[in-house]
Amino acid sequence: MGKLFKIAVRNLMRYKRRTFLTASLITIGVIFVLVFISVSGSFKAMMISQITDSMLGHIQIHKKGYVAAIDNLPLNLNLRPQAVAKLEDILNNDADVEAYSPRIKFGGMFSNFVETTNIRLNGVYPDREFKTIPLLASRISAGKTTIEKGGILIPVLLSKGMGVKIGDTVVIVTTNKDGSVNGKQFTVSGILESATGPGGRDGYVHIEDAQELLRMTEMEISEVSIRLKDFDRLHAADLKIQNLLAGELNQQGKPIFEIHTWEKLSPFYHLSRMIDLMTFFIKLMLIAIVLISIMNVMIMAVYERIREIGTIAAIGTPPKKILSMFVIEGFCLGIFGTVIGNIFGAVIIYIINASKITFDFAMHQGLILSANIKASDIISISVIVIIVSVIASLQPAFKASRMEPITALRHV
Amino acid sequence: MELIVAENISKDYKVGEIVIHALKDVSFEIEPASFVSFVGPSGSGKTTLLNLIGCLDKPTEGKLTVAGTDISMLDRKESAAFRGNHIGFIFQDFNLIPVLTVYENIEYPLLMVQNVPATERNDRIHGLLKAVDMLDQKDKYPDQISGGQKQRVAIARALVTNPKLVLADEPTANLDSQTAHAVIELMKKMKDELKTTFIFSTHDQKIVGEAEIVFTLGDGKLKDQEVKGGMKNG
Repeated sequence: MGKLFKIAVRNLMRYKRRTFLTASLITIGVIFVLVFISVSGSFKAMMISQITDSMLGHIQIHKKGYVAAIDNLPLNLNLRPQAVAKLEDILNNDADVEAYSPRIKFGGMFSNFVETTNIRLNGVYPDREFKTIPLLASRISAGKTTIEKGGILIPVLLSKGMGVKIGDTVVIVTTNKDGSVNGKQFTVSGILESATGPGGRDGYVHIEDAQELLRMTEMEISEVSIRLKDFDRLHAADLKIQNLLAGELNQQGKPIFEIHTWEKLSPFYHLSRMIDLMTFFIKLMLIAIVLISIMNVMIMAVYERIREIGTIAAIGTPPKKILSMFVIEGFCLGIFGTVIGNIFGAVIIYIINASKITFDFAMHQGLILSANIKASDIISISVIVIIVSVIASLQPAFKASRMEPITALRHV
Repeated sequence: MELIVAENISKDYKVGEIVIHALKDVSFEIEPASFVSFVGPSGSGKTTLLNLIGCLDKPTEGKLTVAGTDISMLDRKESAAFRGNHIGFIFQDFNLIPVLTVYENIEYPLLMVQNVPATERNDRIHGLLKAVDMLDQKDKYPDQISGGQKQRVAIARALVTNPKLVLADEPTANLDSQTAHAVIELMKKMKDELKTTFIFSTHDQKIVGEAEIVFTLGDGKLKDQEVKGGMKNG
């Protein structure tokens, strides 16, 4: 086998310019794919992080039917304390869960005593919410980075539109699930930058204030937002929680809970899928480049060496070894292009990161592009290129191995 | 036992609608350790006959037995194995593999065809390099040596597998007369030392004189068979 590799490499070196050009094409393809994957992956990861860490969380759990009616913020579809206790028990014992935050979501009227508008609010336990949604603190552009009882964090658009500043007193009027109206005064404790996605323009109050405002006799929860320790375990953790909660049924024998990953809650998931699709097509282009360039060069190699093939076949070289000789040549070409492509790709990714290129995403400006490539991506691209190189060599190699020595020896 | 037995062999080629009778009803026998030449004008069937004996082609009719094997019964894979184990080839254009050195060209059949262990391989190659006087050129590539040297390497390559038979199609056609003579002398010497049968085709009358048995072909038929010291009709 070693000799076959030696012959293959020497044959490649025999036509240095052609080998160099073909390898360059593969190298450029590999570099392009690696850089694209790293940049688009970085953009995608940052986009997902902005969405999940600013508002949504990685997974949300609601009472069955809540998400279908989420635009109405239905108070009659809140989770009862017993259900919440069961849920908390499961989440407290789940090794994948880093933090979770129960929320009461409700809508109301916001008044500054001069004007009135509508507002969507989240009643939260501040410490748990900040742990679950770590970018929330960074969204508070003015005021305290906490949510005290009696205080309210209002969205910046509302603050500007209503002319409300930090320290101003405002009134929130809301209707509880029984239809009775209640109001409560709050002091504006912070101004909140908008976040991208659902709930990104909601205000925040302390959960106990929300309970009081809604005249809840017991703590009813609209949703529980969960943050995982490892985002890559999203689907595994989701499945695990689904399985654990599957046995929790109501009196009618129907599931109490519904579990959704961020993907099902945010339209930006489709954007991330578009990025995946683009990556797929870029990979397809790479496959086409490798396939065509290697097949072309191997067809040429076979055509140029017909008499040589005739000689080695006449000497008694088994057809299998002739086939291997040419396949190994294509394989070596693929390896060469891949290795050089990986090295240059890594260098370009390093340069991109060192250049600290910034980009804007929705309301967020100046996000630094942090191009990252996983080892698994490098391995998978390398494997794809090498396999395609071998496949591209097969047809010419097969043709060489099937050549009649007598015909090949006569070739001029 | 005869090394080669040809019984009424014919070979036809079809070129479009035209059938060319390259060999017609040819019969002969060749003993082991012979030095045989096929002579005749172009198109007389010399190369076709060598191709048949070399297991590169199959007769249309008749039976051809080489080293006790009816070669028309062999499939593609068996033919390759048979050639690798029993037959050595020397080509008019030398046909050395350009990316391999002199040593590696001779080593090639041992490595790729016979899987001979390294020590034995080395011994055999060095023995032959000495015999063909190419030991000092062993690390050179084919494009770094002369035509005569290339043909000596080709002879060594043909002999390295210890074949029963070496076939040489016009082995001296691309060499000057002095080198051609030296190559034939070398083939004769190797035949005497190794008891290998050499069969070569040639146009060159000076070279023909070196053969022990001369088969004369014309129009695809065996016209004469001259054995050293006498002539009998084919």
